[in-house]
Amino acid sequence: MSPLSFASDLLARARGAGQPELTGEEDGLAPSSPLVPTDSVAGRSLVIVIAIMTFLAAIAAAAALLVAEASVEWRAEASSEASVQLRPTAGRDIEADLRKAADILQQTPGVREAQIYTKAESEDLLAPWLGQGLDLSELPTPRMIVVKLDPKRRPDLAALRSELADATPNAVLDDHHIFLERLGDMARAVVAVSVMIFFLIVGAMGIAVASATRAAVATNREIVEVLHIVGAADTFIAREFQRRFLALGLRGALIGGGAAIVFLFLARMLTRSWRATAGGEQMEAMFGDFSIGLEGFIVILLLAGGIALLTGYLSQAIVFRHLRRLG
Amino acid sequence: MLSFENVGLRYGVGPETLRDVTFDIAPRSFQFLTGPSGAGKTTLMRLIIMALRPTRGLINIFGRDSATLDKDEITETRRQIGVVFQDFRLLDHLSLYENVALPLRVLGREEASYRSEVTELLRWVGLGERKHALPSVLSGGEKQRASIARALISQPKLLLADEPTGNVDPTLARRILRLFVELHKSGTAVVIATHDLSLMDQYDAARRLVLADGRLHIFE
Repeated sequence: MSPLSFASDLLARARGAGQPELTGEEDGLAPSSPLVPTDSVAGRSLVIVIAIMTFLAAIAAAAALLVAEASVEWRAEASSEASVQLRPTAGRDIEADLRKAADILQQTPGVREAQIYTKAESEDLLAPWLGQGLDLSELPTPRMIVVKLDPKRRPDLAALRSELADATPNAVLDDHHIFLERLGDMARAVVAVSVMIFFLIVGAMGIAVASATRAAVATNREIVEVLHIVGAADTFIAREFQRRFLALGLRGALIGGGAAIVFLFLARMLTRSWRATAGGEQMEAMFGDFSIGLEGFIVILLLAGGIALLTGYLSQAIVFRHLRRLG
Repeated sequence: MLSFENVGLRYGVGPETLRDVTFDIAPRSFQFLTGPSGAGKTTLMRLIIMALRPTRGLINIFGRDSATLDKDEITETRRQIGVVFQDFRLLDHLSLYENVALPLRVLGREEASYRSEVTELLRWVGLGERKHALPSVLSGGEKQRASIARALISQPKLLLADEPTGNVDPTLARRILRLFVELHKSGTAVVIATHDLSLMDQYDAARRLVLADGRLHIFE
């Protein structure tokens, strides 16, 4: 006999023994409540902690993405430029050397353009170091040729350097490789630090979730005991805790991830409005225009989902281990 | 179904609460467990549901030595025992309906499959109109009845009830006893721990287990 038909049968027989029913019946039942209460002060605090951690983790991930993308742009831009510097040397006509060097550059395959900076333009380049208003006409200031390279068909710079040296011994070709290497190192360092911060945040959040789970098990000790006595298996109880923490984790992660998306959107708007200022230019140089694109938003959403799953999984594992130890 | 052989239990380094307790509970049997307050009735019930381990002696339950059962086997065994606690042990954040349905829910049953039975049982114990209420707003008697309904809903092979009529009026006490008797007739072994002599007098066919000074005396 099934338990259900048993109950009906039992009640029918008990009624048959002369016991009247006491009350009527209401229609409609609410959906089943979670067996572990979700709405508590500790639960709300955990949502706030997860929201903050998700926000920070999302910003760290976005910073890594932005710098990685910006560094690709910087390097592409820098690698398509080179410069030739000619120092004034006694006994040589620098203007003739400039023209000779420019001719060689323009005839080299892979060089799109070679633009000679005038003496005034070259002197302007020194203004940040020497200050404005100085008369540099008597000083032997070096002269510059700015060279635009074809990034798809870069010239043989070693051969070009040697040809220039033969024609104009005072010319030095700089292809910015040292700058590019430093730029690459800096970008990699920023990305590595962001990734490290990201993992530290996720680790700290894991510790917060673990301690909240242990507190929840202690607070709900009586519920756990009743569940055991009515025949609940450890896996069932652990799953109930997992459901509770998954719900809390999802709420916190969505709040944190949503806040990060709003923050990045506002940062983009602000950098656009500050673009004309020196500070805005520097920010833009470092992070681009704060646009992480669809890919970035997907990363943040995946991150929020991952954090919610991690919260649920961690709590389930901790509760299960705790229950096994109790046994 | 259940046997205790020379079971003793002491808490910490204190004196033995139960001493050389030996008895059997046969299938389809009915017994009252009685004795003065503090005699160890609740402790004996906690030993049966394996919430406590004996300090000595052997407890055999459903053909197995309880000391050899692993966690999953203990869970399986508890599913065959219905328990009515003296302090009710209802979950305060669940409605009465959800509390009564709990033993079926932990088995993974679909809510729709037991809804009518739970509702009917609640109605029968006089709580049909209060099934959405939370335990915190109920009287002691109402909690008692909900606790009884929870113990009965999964048709246990063994029912343990600790002072099940301690918080209800005599009329309802008779009805609850009638329910236990019908449960017994349908094949469940019943153990009711009670101080209530008038309740015991209403069912003379029951065996009486009397706990006094930590020892158990049996009156057939």
